[in-house]
Amino acid sequence: MRTAAHLKPGEKAIVHSFSDDYLSIKLMEMGVLPGTEIEFQYAAPFGDPLCFRVSGYKLSLRINEAHTISLN
Amino acid sequence: MLKVALVGNPNAGKTSLFNYLTGLNQKVGNYPGVTVDKKTGVSSFPTEGNVEIIDLPGTYSIYPRSMDERVVINLLTDQQNADHPDVVVVIADASNLQRNLLLFTEVKDLGLPVVLALNMVDVAEKEGKHIDIASLAQNLNAEVVPINARIGKGIDELKSAILKVKGNAYGGFYDTTELAPALVDSIKSHFDLDNSYLAYQLAQQLNDIQYLPAEDKEWVANEKARLDFQDKKLQERETLERYKLIRERIADAVTIHKTKEERNLTEKLDDIFTHKVYGYLIFLGILFLIFQAIFSWAEPFMDLIDQGFGQLSAIAHNNLPAGVLSDLIAEGIIPGLGGVVIFIPQIALLFGFIALLEESGYMARVVFLMDKIMVKVGLNGKSVVPLISGMACAIPAIMATRTIDSWKDRIITIFVTPFMSCSARLPVYAILIALVVPDKNVLGTFNLQGLALMGMYLLGFFMAIGSAYVMKLILKSSERGFFVMELPIYRAPRWKNVGITILEKSKTFVFEAGKVILAISIILWVMASYGPSDDFKNAETIVKRQNPELSGDDLDNKIASHKLANSYAGEMGKIIEPVIKPLGFDWKIGIALITSFAAREVFVGTIATIYSVGSDFEDETTIKSRLRAERNPETGGPMYTPALGFSILVFYVFAMQCMSTLAVVYRETKGWKWPTLQLIYMTAVAYLSSLLVYNLLS
Repeated sequence: MRTAAHLKPGEKAIVHSFSDDYLSIKLMEMGVLPGTEIEFQYAAPFGDPLCFRVSGYKLSLRINEAHTISLN
Repeated sequence: MLKVALVGNPNAGKTSLFNYLTGLNQKVGNYPGVTVDKKTGVSSFPTEGNVEIIDLPGTYSIYPRSMDERVVINLLTDQQNADHPDVVVVIADASNLQRNLLLFTEVKDLGLPVVLALNMVDVAEKEGKHIDIASLAQNLNAEVVPINARIGKGIDELKSAILKVKGNAYGGFYDTTELAPALVDSIKSHFDLDNSYLAYQLAQQLNDIQYLPAEDKEWVANEKARLDFQDKKLQERETLERYKLIRERIADAVTIHKTKEERNLTEKLDDIFTHKVYGYLIFLGILFLIFQAIFSWAEPFMDLIDQGFGQLSAIAHNNLPAGVLSDLIAEGIIPGLGGVVIFIPQIALLFGFIALLEESGYMARVVFLMDKIMVKVGLNGKSVVPLISGMACAIPAIMATRTIDSWKDRIITIFVTPFMSCSARLPVYAILIALVVPDKNVLGTFNLQGLALMGMYLLGFFMAIGSAYVMKLILKSSERGFFVMELPIYRAPRWKNVGITILEKSKTFVFEAGKVILAISIILWVMASYGPSDDFKNAETIVKRQNPELSGDDLDNKIASHKLANSYAGEMGKIIEPVIKPLGFDWKIGIALITSFAAREVFVGTIATIYSVGSDFEDETTIKSRLRAERNPETGGPMYTPALGFSILVFYVFAMQCMSTLAVVYRETKGWKWPTLQLIYMTAVAYLSSLLVYNLLS
């Protein structure tokens, strides 16, 4: 399944579900909810972490964290 | 006194609001059992008089994601706690209303009277979001006050709203009962609670709630098991349903004017600040500036403090009647106090910079840029600033680790920072390198002494990194580390907040770490100034008898040397000699190791005194030539061979020889466990490395 870590810069997608129970709650608390639009903006110079735009603000996640967000 | 707690998401403007409410009437205390500082302050309210304001750690929800955030749930649910608030103010970023309201609704459901302070309405407007305050207040069934925490707008209205809701909770937002009806009822009746969400939280956060007695915890745990309470599943459901309800309730209060597709200032600045070339260049530039500031800008102030306390000491000496008590005041206590105050310029400068970086939003970018590199060695993107600052002084550096959320990463950073060569080691390096490394160039341009000095810095740096890597593997942590970090918008820093941070950090250091530093420095002074035997008491007669030809300064220097050799410190130097002998050290160096605990650069002064050069030496060449002339009584050759020189150098790179650092680690970790481990570990590394170096070179 496609995850948030697979997005290309500028690409948007809708969050479907989460694969990590613990992290999923933290992500939801931060406004990353199923059905929300998430846009990948850019990666840090060494390729990790990544910067996303979600719920109207910028959120950075490590690649392995972004991989727990499955997309529609 | 009425107690008001401030809670809010990180970056929502909580600190600014706290500073506006309390001004300089702030104090920093402790919560039992956690390392987070308890910031409280007093604010004057109309008709109510003084009100106590408690600034709680920034958090996205009452479910904590770090040990520090546990304070929030513990304080808000424990009605017996002395700091349990009467009213809670939730400060929310209006430009990100939905996410900020999650915490608000959780607090509201706990049954506490709550006011929503809506900050950054101007930012929301700029982004095209208009919020109808009256309709929001009605939909949330709560007092909502628009404020601007940056300029202090809306503070009076906020105060009136706080007084209005006092004693009146207005009812909950989201009904938790149906999440786990049986368990909620059972807990409610067992603990005689009327609030369902409170009962539900006792079940959800049983591990994080600290005030509950063991038998009660066990009872709740059994009930959870009996009624098959699925905490994670329920928390997930709660979060989703809460957000759904929030969205419904704010729908008609928020109108979106225009969907602005044009890139804002933050996006444009991030193009530069997170750029793969410019990003690092700018960060390096900023680090260099900070390093420069603590290393050299602080110096004139430190010299001034040094001279001031020196004069104070002299005044005390001249005006107090001669005696032990006067000596204690003039030579023990006053210089000891000076030894605490001397750190303030460095602490003030470092925290000035850190506050600027945090306030402007840049600090999150530093973490973003450095995370990948630092994680590899067991550190965190936020460890960079403390580590680099450690090259100037470990004291402010260790205090700066506060910004690291993860307990494990913070402990590792604190543990390894003293390996970075600080400015107090420089005089020791300088004199020993000049002694044992020839002053000549290799490969045309590289000066050997310069290379050796750089080698010392690199040695410390690599030991810090290596130790961090090992600790990452060893250290167990109950919290699961994750990154998930908001990159806040860039904003101009508020100078008032910067100033208050500087003041607060300096005060905390002086009053908390200062006590330990003062106590140890007095002990060290007693050890170096008094001796157990007649050899010490009759130093003057003995030296005069043995050296009838000496007079003036030479005689004084010889007496000082004899006294130090026979003082308690001298005796200790002789006692530890067998232990340090394998490193090539004799008891004279042993004394210097002991006195170095006051500050590493004291090594030079002690060596000068013990070799009768006089501690007021004007230029280093006197000590150098004196050390060169020193003979090894066993071999008859020179004492300060390259083997011994490098052995001492390596020892000073690695050893934990700074009581002030230990005191500050004690203060930051709230206990003696970590400073003790650090002392043992660093001393062991220093000893073994010196042993290796000495034996390889001799």
